Amino acid sequence: MFYRESGDFKKTYKLDSQTFPIKFDRWRYYFVMLVAFIVVPMFLTDYSANAVMIPFLVWAIAALGLNILVGYCGQLSLGTGGFMAVGAYSTYKLMTSFPGMDMISVIMLSGLVTAVVGAFFGLPSLRIKGFYLAVVTLAAQFFLVWLLNKVPWFYNYSASGQISAPQRELFGIVVTGPHATPVAAYLFCLIFAVGLAWIARNLTRGRMGRSWMAIRDMDIAAEIIGVNPLMAKLSAFAVSSFFIGVSGALLFSVYLGAAEVTEAFSINVSFAVLFMVIIGGLGSIFGSFIGAAFMVLMPVLLKNILVGGLGWPTDLAAHFELIIVGGLILVFLIVEPHGLAQMARVLKEKLRLWPFPH
Amino acid sequence: MSADFLYLVEVILNGLMAGVMYSLVALGFVLIFKASGIFNYAQGVMALFAALTLVGIQTGQVPFAHLINAIFGTNVHHFGWQVPTVLAIALTVGVMVLFAILVERYVLHHLVNQEPIILFMATIGLAYFMEGFGDIMWGSDIKTLDVGLPSGGSRWLEDYTLGWAAEGERYYGMYLDKLDMVASLVAIVLVVSLTIFSQYTKTGRALRAVADDHQAALSVGISLRTIWVIVWAIAGFVALVAGIMWGAKSGVQFSLSLIALKALPVLMLGGFTSIPGAIIGGLIIGVGEKVFEYSIGPLIGGATENWFAYVLALMFLVFRPQGLFGEKIIERV
Amino acid sequence: MTEPLQKMEAASKLLELKNIDLSFGGVKAISNISFDVMEGEVRAIIGPNGAGKSSMLNVINGFYHPQQGEIWFDGKQRHSMKPYQIAYQGIARTFQNIALFKGMSVLDNIMTGRFTHMHKNMLWQALWKGPAEQEEIVNREFVEGIIDFLEIQAIRKTPVGRLPYGLQKRVELGRALAAQPKMLLLDEPMAGMNVEEKEDMCRFILDVNDTFGTTIVLIEHDMGVVMDIADRVVVLDYGRKIGDGTPDVVRNDQTVIDAYLGVSH
Repeated sequence: MFYRESGDFKKTYKLDSQTFPIKFDRWRYYFVMLVAFIVVPMFLTDYSANAVMIPFLVWAIAALGLNILVGYCGQLSLGTGGFMAVGAYSTYKLMTSFPGMDMISVIMLSGLVTAVVGAFFGLPSLRIKGFYLAVVTLAAQFFLVWLLNKVPWFYNYSASGQISAPQRELFGIVVTGPHATPVAAYLFCLIFAVGLAWIARNLTRGRMGRSWMAIRDMDIAAEIIGVNPLMAKLSAFAVSSFFIGVSGALLFSVYLGAAEVTEAFSINVSFAVLFMVIIGGLGSIFGSFIGAAFMVLMPVLLKNILVGGLGWPTDLAAHFELIIVGGLILVFLIVEPHGLAQMARVLKEKLRLWPFPH
Repeated sequence: MSADFLYLVEVILNGLMAGVMYSLVALGFVLIFKASGIFNYAQGVMALFAALTLVGIQTGQVPFAHLINAIFGTNVHHFGWQVPTVLAIALTVGVMVLFAILVERYVLHHLVNQEPIILFMATIGLAYFMEGFGDIMWGSDIKTLDVGLPSGGSRWLEDYTLGWAAEGERYYGMYLDKLDMVASLVAIVLVVSLTIFSQYTKTGRALRAVADDHQAALSVGISLRTIWVIVWAIAGFVALVAGIMWGAKSGVQFSLSLIALKALPVLMLGGFTSIPGAIIGGLIIGVGEKVFEYSIGPLIGGATENWFAYVLALMFLVFRPQGLFGEKIIERV
Repeated sequence: MTEPLQKMEAASKLLELKNIDLSFGGVKAISNISFDVMEGEVRAIIGPNGAGKSSMLNVINGFYHPQQGEIWFDGKQRHSMKPYQIAYQGIARTFQNIALFKGMSVLDNIMTGRFTHMHKNMLWQALWKGPAEQEEIVNREFVEGIIDFLEIQAIRKTPVGRLPYGLQKRVELGRALAAQPKMLLLDEPMAGMNVEEKEDMCRFILDVNDTFGTTIVLIEHDMGVVMDIADRVVVLDYGRKIGDGTPDVVRNDQTVIDAYLGVSH
């Protein structure tokens, strides 16, 4: 019914390798883009932008980045918080040192700085595997946060140790600082989220993505067909950190507006992003988005139901959130290690045949 | 002896004591890793949970008081009795055994033969679950744990060492926490009894067999499931001991679960499969971070204890990936 | 030996191993083995379990570095090289226990084999449109040729984990072929196969050798197969070479019969 595939033949390899080979999917994709760019901004309120949409986009970018490293290249990292902090502080330094620089360049450069830092901490990955590597990335997490907290140059010697984003415009529209409208902030994040998702898709479907997956699935076999393990792992670390850096930059400059490194980028951030990736689906770009949506929406819903609806104290709701997140991680790992994205895929397979499954 | 030298000795001794605390947590990791190949991130939260339970039982708290109050609009918090320490500890051990059984049945059993990294992430999920569960059950406020352990510095040692410094130097004697000394003793007793248990009892032999080769152990009639419950129960007991020591030292609170993170570099150094390794790794990290903070810390802004252990482990791993005592990993093609 | 003569020899020899010694700790896996592989031939390595056959392949494609001896490939002496650098020199291989990329489709697995023939950098790949896509399509066409050759068109989008053993072996061969190697190392390509599958595999190996002119070195336990398809055979036992020559010569060699083939031959 929905997935009408008969008669939809692919006559060239180019058509065969497109992202949405099925016509229905393609139209749905255009529809989602239309809604995201035109319909959502029309109905965006302060609350829905700040509680749901903007954090969703920012975390989705971080999840995309971590998914490239964990899901595609198979290297577990617990340093996400530290790398996001690098992105945030780079943005702060660039914004305050070069007030004339446009925000797109600022964010992209912050991503590049993070990519360099990430690649540096990825160096041990050649010799260290599995959760040994996870502990090394913990070193990155704690060391980077300590460094950004201890060296006053990074926060321009401000007395509070906080960084706060000055007002900046893009094409004459305010996108950062207290006077930015929710719509402007949302669209600014959306451009990055869509652009980076597109890049992630391109990288993962080509030569580089295959080298990452080869390292993930069987590193020895990857090596004998010419994949240099160090280059594959380092490029995964660099690309992943670039995404995470951009996410940290947006989190600080557009969403939070002000941040203190030990609070905003703690180890809990690393775990939260890892959970998004697991719940959404390891090795799936779509999964990164639904994972982020899930982790953003769930606390909001819980708070609305338990605190708003039942009148429970907030700390109790927060404890329930821990239980639910932890429980869901277990359930997903036991039932469906490939997360929500895999469930969606299975559903789609069924829909393709529906209503005549035989 | 110069006062500087005495300070350094004091720093090293304190580092050793702190190291013992790390070792206590690392011990639980090693036990579970050896028997099931699972890297149990939840070990730290288990210590927190055990300590919370102990305090809760001891002071007669009503479990889930918060939840009950929120749902029924009541205002219960304590039963109004005090449970003797020994009985409370025994009951807590019971809770940890029950916990081990539940974990085996509802989590591990379903994750048999999964990749280590999946199991690791599952234990992170378990850690979150337990943390939320512990908070709902006993409340998340900071609690003081009093099981009659001594606290404060040892006056005797201070007085005894007062005269050691060279003439004319300002020196007030050596400061060592009495609790730390007790913890060291307990750690020694624990390690010795665990070693005896695994060497000389039937269950201990079964444990070692499982650690060596799951398949072979199964084929001689050892029940993997029973062994896993036993191991998790022992790890729960070790967590309780660690929880008592840490809880008595700095209060029972969320940060207790973060010592699990500190235990990770300890294991990197000591190797995942070696009990002596866990102890020595803990001591090295404890001494290393104290001495580093004492000597280099002031030059670079202090608070280096946050990351020193990890960076040390990182350096170490690059040059000797299997740790100090771990078996050499030979990669076969 | 004079200089020009040595060069001429090296030209017709694709691979030459001289006095290779390999040991792990105190265990000697290979001791003082020398043999050569001529361009375009099918060379078999046989011997009982633990004779050092797989170690030999691992030496050839750079997983193990022999403590002593020289390796000459394509006229040049090889010094310490990493396996991925050796892949760029034109050596591909399959494994005794299938080493496919479990999470990827058949097509992606074989496309990964084209790794050494794709060169567009990261920025082009991030953009996709243009050169990267063009390169992808050119290589896809080549890979489709291999898929046709191995008769696995119907499963090209199936994840390899779901395939039966025989097909997985075929996909692994396809991945190695995609690299267009000068020399192909096959580690027990027919282990665990039934007669039909073995016949198919033999046909593919001979076809590869004929149509692409690829030099093949294989380890195999099925003597019938070895005697049929190999041009020359090396026999190893306890890390030493005990026989070398055409199948007929080896078959009638007394030392080889005693050590490996048994009396019935």
